[in-house]
Amino acid sequence: MKARVCKNADMKQWSYMAMLIFTLCGSGWLEIVLKTGVLRRAKRAALSILPISTLFLIWDGYAIAQGHWFFDRTQILGIYGPFAIPIEEYLFFIVVPLAAILTLEGVTTVKPHWRKGEFGE
Amino acid sequence: MIYSDIAIAAFATAVMVDLFLFRNSMLTRTAFWTSYAIILPFQLLTNWWLTSRNIVMYNPSAIIGIRICSAPIEDLLFGFALVLSVMGMWEFWGRRGVQRH
Repeated sequence: MKARVCKNADMKQWSYMAMLIFTLCGSGWLEIVLKTGVLRRAKRAALSILPISTLFLIWDGYAIAQGHWFFDRTQILGIYGPFAIPIEEYLFFIVVPLAAILTLEGVTTVKPHWRKGEFGE
Repeated sequence: MIYSDIAIAAFATAVMVDLFLFRNSMLTRTAFWTSYAIILPFQLLTNWWLTSRNIVMYNPSAIIGIRICSAPIEDLLFGFALVLSVMGMWEFWGRRGVQRH
């Protein structure tokens, strides 16, 4: 009985991570099926995501320090990065922006004429 | 500053930068709005997961208090700012010739 309680508690720790995995799968198939080529363009993706993520993570760190929002310790893995921000939050600001880029490229792959206006052309 | 203030500021900044700083606005393009229309239901779904299960909790004094799918309404502004700014940067680097194709 005790072992079962522990096992459930272990699964519960993955609650936040489950959302990230869902988002990764929900957008990642676009790369494979539609061949959006976003991962191939990793440098461009990193240059797009990291400056924005940094700003949002500064906000996150501030909000956590101020107590604007907080996390259920039983539903996160308990690994923390700088500024007491849970690892899930760091991953959120990589996975979600990546999903956004994959969606944009997915849309313009299906509707190439919507690339009109891309790069201001 | 509370969540509401920063969310509004982030939203306004992202919109201003897109319209007036970037030479290739996302907000005037069908591709952006179609992408956002796809992303929004997923944002509501994942936000619902995080907030209804109390994985993430908010200090009542930091938010207006209006909730959509269990998440604070501020999340919509935050999500829009995040998505718009990242897509804007993606376009910016493409325009500059960084791994354009």
